[in-house]
Amino acid sequence: MSEIVKQFLYLNRRAPYGTIYAWESLEVVLIGAAFDQVVSLAFLDDGVFQLTKQQDTTGIGMKNFSPTYAALGDYDVKKIFVERESLEERGLTIDDLQHLTWEDEDDDWAEKDSITVVSRAEMAALMDDADVIFSF
Amino acid sequence: MKFAIQINEGPYQHQSADSAYFFTKAALAQGHEIFRVFFYHDGVNNATRLTTPPQDDRHIVNRWAELAEQYNLDLVVCVAAAQRRGMVDEGEAKRNGKDATNIHPRFRISGLGQLVEAAIQADRLIVFGD
Repeated sequence: MSEIVKQFLYLNRRAPYGTIYAWESLEVVLIGAAFDQVVSLAFLDDGVFQLTKQQDTTGIGMKNFSPTYAALGDYDVKKIFVERESLEERGLTIDDLQHLTWEDEDDDWAEKDSITVVSRAEMAALMDDADVIFSF
Repeated sequence: MKFAIQINEGPYQHQSADSAYFFTKAALAQGHEIFRVFFYHDGVNNATRLTTPPQDDRHIVNRWAELAEQYNLDLVVCVAAAQRRGMVDEGEAKRNGKDATNIHPRFRISGLGQLVEAAIQADRLIVFGD
């Protein structure tokens, strides 16, 4: 499609429900995966709630789209960064998040972790390194 | 410089719809190129030709259309976001069995791939949102 390859960074800053930003961000990620760019996802601020386990939306009548995150590995999205300070400020740890993985075809399809917890300073560096930042 | 513009918020509700317009206009006036303007989330509502603001207020939709006419801008409305929010052109009306259309003819409805392509092709993607 395009010979230009850029570093794409999707910033997810909002809670999964309450507004549609999180879900429509995920739609861009899924479509964008077809463009063969270098893709990273970042979750910070209330965005860290997007990855939490055992989401139940029955009380609010909205679709629970959280299982979609587990499919990101199949879309070749394997770099997911979660900000440590954002987790801590909300009383969360990595154990509260889904265990997201991808399969490494160069390593006999070994299952590898997609999520890396990074500090706020490291998150800033990630933003600095990106060519394109989609902020949702 | 070649810019791609993404607008995430609706007209009149949120200033980012105005800021995006002023940025685009200023960039064009300075000789920059606007590769594409992409309307997403509630931003798709910037494309309705049925809007009727009070006479002493700005007409956000027509303002975009006039700028697009002047500079031959590509104004693209995300189809998935548009379908959810009832933004309809002839093709969408036929496909989804709707009895009306509301999109301004200077805008077009297309897929999210247009946003990703714009981000790849432009030197800078500028996102206007909350």
